Order: sequence, then C-alpha cells, then structure tokens
Amino acid sequence: MRLRLATAAAAAALTISLPALAATEIQWWHAMTGANNEVVETLAKEFNDSQADYKVVPVFKGTYPETLNAGIAAFRAGQPPHILQVFDAGTGTMMAASSAVVPVAKVLEADGVTFDKSQYLGGVVSYYSTADGELLSFPYNSSSPILYYNKDAFKKAGLDENAPPKTWPELFDAAKKIKAAGWPCGFTSTWLTWIQQENFAAWNNVPYATLQNGLAGLDPQLQINSDLYVRHFQTIADLQKAGVFSYGGRTSEAKIKFTSGECAMMTESSGGLGDIVKSGINYGTGTLPYYPEAAGAPQNTIPGGASLWVLAGHPDAEYKGVAKFFEFLSQTPIQARLHQKSGYLPITMAAYDETKKSGFYDKNPGREIPILQMMGKAPTDNSKGVRVINLPQVRDIINEELELMLNGQQDAKTALDKAVQRANAAIKEAADL
Amino acid sequence: MNRRAIFPNTVLPYLLVAPQIAITVVFFFWPAAQAIRQSMLREDPFGLRTRFVGVDNFGRVLGDPAYLNSLQVTAVFSIAVAVSALVVALLLAVMADRVVRGQGLYRTLLLSPYAIAPAIAGMLWLFLFNPSMGTLAVLLRQAGFDWNPLLNGGQAMTLVVAAAAWKQISYNFLFFLAGLQAIPKSLIEAAAIDGAGPAHRFRTIIFPLISPVSFFLLVVNTVYAFFDTFGIIHAVTSGGPGKSTEILVYKVYNDGFVNQQMGVSAAQSVILMVLVIALTFIQFRYVERRVHYA
Repeated sequence: MRLRLATAAAAAALTISLPALAATEIQWWHAMTGANNEVVETLAKEFNDSQADYKVVPVFKGTYPETLNAGIAAFRAGQPPHILQVFDAGTGTMMAASSAVVPVAKVLEADGVTFDKSQYLGGVVSYYSTADGELLSFPYNSSSPILYYNKDAFKKAGLDENAPPKTWPELFDAAKKIKAAGWPCGFTSTWLTWIQQENFAAWNNVPYATLQNGLAGLDPQLQINSDLYVRHFQTIADLQKAGVFSYGGRTSEAKIKFTSGECAMMTESSGGLGDIVKSGINYGTGTLPYYPEAAGAPQNTIPGGASLWVLAGHPDAEYKGVAKFFEFLSQTPIQARLHQKSGYLPITMAAYDETKKSGFYDKNPGREIPILQMMGKAPTDNSKGVRVINLPQVRDIINEELELMLNGQQDAKTALDKAVQRANAAIKEAADL
Repeated sequence: MNRRAIFPNTVLPYLLVAPQIAITVVFFFWPAAQAIRQSMLREDPFGLRTRFVGVDNFGRVLGDPAYLNSLQVTAVFSIAVAVSALVVALLLAVMADRVVRGQGLYRTLLLSPYAIAPAIAGMLWLFLFNPSMGTLAVLLRQAGFDWNPLLNGGQAMTLVVAAAAWKQISYNFLFFLAGLQAIPKSLIEAAAIDGAGPAHRFRTIIFPLISPVSFFLLVVNTVYAFFDTFGIIHAVTSGGPGKSTEILVYKVYNDGFVNQQMGVSAAQSVILMVLVIALTFIQFRYVERRVHYA
C-alpha cells in the first residue's frame, strides 16, 4: 500500500513537471469575452506553435475591474501573472505602483530589442508611457469614441443620410428633428465619463484637470465644471427631459438603445462596431462631434480600451518569454489582422499602412475614423490623456452626480461643481498615503 | 433525573469537534482577524506602502456623508424587503393551507424561487424591467407610466426590493405553512362553532400562535436583506442611480474592490460584523425565550 502510494505520488509529480520542462509558462490574465476572447486564444496558440521555448497561457478573469483586482490580489499573495490586461481607467493605479510592474520598454530591452517609438501610433503609445517617454505597458486593444447613426431615422426626419452631424449644435438639432418626426429617441451615449468628459476635453482642447490632466503630477484638480462642460451637460439634461436624449447607463449599456433602433444616434467606442454590425441596423459612422467655438477643436481623441502590464516578481528568463510574445504581437500581419477583425486600433504604423494599402478603408470607410481622430494633430496638454490615480472612483462620483442631474434633481452647474469637489477630495485622499 | 453521558477520555471530544473548529478558524476567525488588522491600516492597492492609522479609518467611515446615506438606504431597503416578504408569504401560506386539491403543486411552485441564486434573480427582474428592453417595462411605458429606474431612485429601489422580497417569500412561506399546520384544528373549529368568522379567527387565534415564527422570520429576513442581497443589487442597479440603492454590503465591495480603498472597506466590514453579532445576540436572547415549542 505504501509502495503504491509512493509510486502514484512520483507519477503525479512527473506529469506535473513535464510540461514545465518542455516550455516556460507565461500566464496572461485578461478580460476579453465572446469574439475578442477567441482572438486571445488564437494569438496564444499561434505564438505557442511558432516556437518551443515558451507557452503563453491565457486565463479569463472576469470584467475589467475584476481582472485588475485578481491581478492585484495575486501580486499581494506573491503569485502574480506575467501579463495582466488592465483597462484604461486602471492605468493610473498601475502607474502609481512602480515597484509592482516592469516597464514594457525594459522587458523588450532585456531581450535586445530597442523600443522605437516612431514605429508606433503616437497617440496610443504616449498614453501608456511615462512623462519622459518610457513605454510602461503594451497597448493591446485601443479604441476611440465615434458617432454611429441610424440612416433610416435620418431619412424619416428628412435629413441627409450621408452627412452625419459634425458638431454638437448640429447633432442636438438633428436629434430634435428626428424626435419631432416621431422617432422614439434622438440621441444616446455610452460611457458619459470617458466620451463626454475625458475625450470631450481632448477633442475640444479644454482641460479635464490641472497638471496636464494629471500626467504631470499625482494630485490633479478636476476642471470639468468650466463653461463649455456646463453648457454641454445642461443641453443634455434639457434634452433628457424632453425625451430627445435617453440615458442608458454608466458603461456601455446604452448600446442596446441604438441596436434596437430606439435611439437614432449614439456616441460609442469604435470597438463597439461588432455588435452594431451584428444587429443588422442600417447604420453610418461619423467623427465624434465637437464645439466649433472651442479654440483648436477638433484636436485629437485619447485612447480607451486596455493594455498589457508586466508584473514584477518573476525570474529574468521568464521575462524573455514575455518580450518574445510582445514582439510576436507587434508583427505587421498580426496587427493588421487584429485591427481589421476586431475594430481596435492598430498599434504600429506599418500595420496601419498595410491596411490602407490593401484597400480595407475604401470598403469600410468608418474603420479609419478612430485612427484619424487620434492622429489628426499633435496632442496638446489637454489631449495627451487623462491620468488620475483613482480614475474608476472618480468616474463613479461623476456618474452619480450626472444621474441626479439627468433625473432633474439638480442643474448641470450644480452637478459638475459637486462632482469636482467630491472627486478632488477623493483624489487627494488616494494620493496621500 | 438528568442523565449525562460521561466520556472518560478527555481528548476524544476535542478531536471530534476539531474539524468544525478548524473550519471556523480558517473561514471565519482568520479572515475576521485580517479584516480587523486591515481596518487599521492605510495602504495602496498593491500593498507596497502601508501605514498604521489606528481607528482613523473608522472615523473616516462614520464621518462620511455617503456612509450615513448608505445606512439610511439599508434601513429603508431592509424594512421594505422584510415587511413585504413576510406579508406576502403569510398571505400565500394562509391560502395554501386551505387548498384541498393540488396542494403539492402549489407548494412546489411557491418554493421554487428559493432555489435561484440572487444574481440570477436580479438578472430575471432586470430582463423584465430594464427600461430599454424589459418586457414589462415596455408595457408600463405603453400604459403611460414614466418607468425609468436608471435615473429614478425611487423606482430603482422598488425594483431591487421586489426582486429581493420575491426570492425570500418562498423561505418565509415554508415556515409560515409549517406554523399554520402545527395549530391544533380543534382550537379553530371551536372558535368557528362559537361564531368567529375567518378574519376574526386569524386575528385572535392563528396570528398569536404563529407569532414566534413571525419574529424568527423577521430576524432572518433582516439579516438576509442586509447581507444576501448583494448579488441582486450588483446585477440590477450597481448601487445607482446616484447612490440611491447603495446598501452597506455593496458599499464595502465598491470601496474595496472598485475604489481600491482596502482600509476604509475593511473598517466598514468590521462595523457590519458588529451589527451581525448584535442581531444574532438579540435573536438568541430574545427570540429563543419567546418561542414555545409544543
């Protein structure tokens, strides 16, 4: 009996250690579901088949916040994954934890690859870099907010179905006409914080917060209660009351209002295209609207989505595998395919050029909009990005005040003033450890 | 009179309870101790910088208007859930007690919601009442009612209370039905012969006799509303709109796992722990004394 147990134990130990001998495992924790999850699995499989030294193991960890928490908990327990996918709003949290992460630039350098910034899309790469230009995380899925509109609704309201509104006043006007023509709702938006504030700031070239929107310091003060924001949100609040605008929720819940045909126009992430195509709606796309009187508008948008962070606490040899995987992901054919299939932005110029040359944008004109929006102009202090150490919390605070505003309990000025005051206190507390 | 089994072996009893003790230590005492420790620390999410702050986190929590709001929301939510779940369950139990044919079928159907996980129950209600796609929400709006729980705090509260109460009705129903069936038929028949109508009989005989069960259920329902409804809130409203459905357990989760403020979140969970201990104490000291097991 004892002998048999020992044999079984030895056999078990052998089976467990065998794959480890064959290839070094690289853990990749991510938050991708559905079609995007298939992309993750395919990429890992292709990389694993392309060489024998490393094996990338993708593990689905839930929603974006859940994945971030799983990574943080694992780090605290001394068992971090090698690669952790972190959403845009978690960037500040990761950046503040400098000893918990290994900058991607360092990982690549250790493998003898110098990171050449000019090969990459500036707007995307600078968002994930330190103030002095060191790339911290690897941009995996980046997107940019654009305008989607229902062509049938435009026709019904007597509007030109091939000329989406370019500015906010035009859009509000069109929304009112569509509502007046009997359509249930003129306009909705997903992610009010990301689209109508963080990107609103960059696109209209107005500050979101002091200290270059937080890029130049740990405790920025929000400035989202300046005149342009107040005017914008008061209009939205009035339109909500009139039934022209329809609020859908804090994240991407409003998408269903567009895909079901309820709302005629929607500002949403370019990454949301898949669901809109699937819904079979007769849609068109346009650039994110701006205010013509804002100086410099339209400026450029800032990326959303997620990037891959390398967590500290592993032997150097394993980081070599991580570097190899990132090099694999940067290859032009892979990037071009990712971009064309998923609707996310390509991260290298080469992949963008190849997609352009292949005639993809001629067939799918809407697909170039997010790239053009992000690359149109050299970014200003207002449009490099937004970096707040506790951005998820700040977004929640803002959403709470906006919901009270949309329900008619307070006007835009009060809502934004309260949001700024509460968010600033929260930022101060988070930064002051 | 009192016969006691004496174990000569003093080690054996301890060995026999050891597994239970081990489980309690691992799954309760250890995490509870961790929570207490964490509640006195202030640190960044990754635990890279840690500072001992004593009871500072508790002061922060209790001085936060959002926490006081959450206390108020929890009180409203718990009372609404407990009262509606009890009243509806009692009504159903009284009616099911009278049914002669198909009793088994009615009981099974009435008990089935209890088998559903809170998050699933939340999703079911969300599908019915989501302003954009909910089947019943569309009907409500066609009837001219401005149904929008995404922005209207009162409607959002009604929705989560309904979902939470619906799930608890089954449990209450079971206890009420058992309580009703334990009442001697002769008592009721005697009252009927004396000319008491159904309402009168319920008020003077049935209700007093099931009052211990009712009180027990009140405590259980309050605890349920306090702690087990997280899944429903998470699935249906995420605490919104504004902070109108952010109950205490949800705030613990939100501050800890979304806002990454572990110290503040741990302090809240310690406060909650004290609350549960108090509730349990009341239940044992007060309810146990009142219940008369025939």
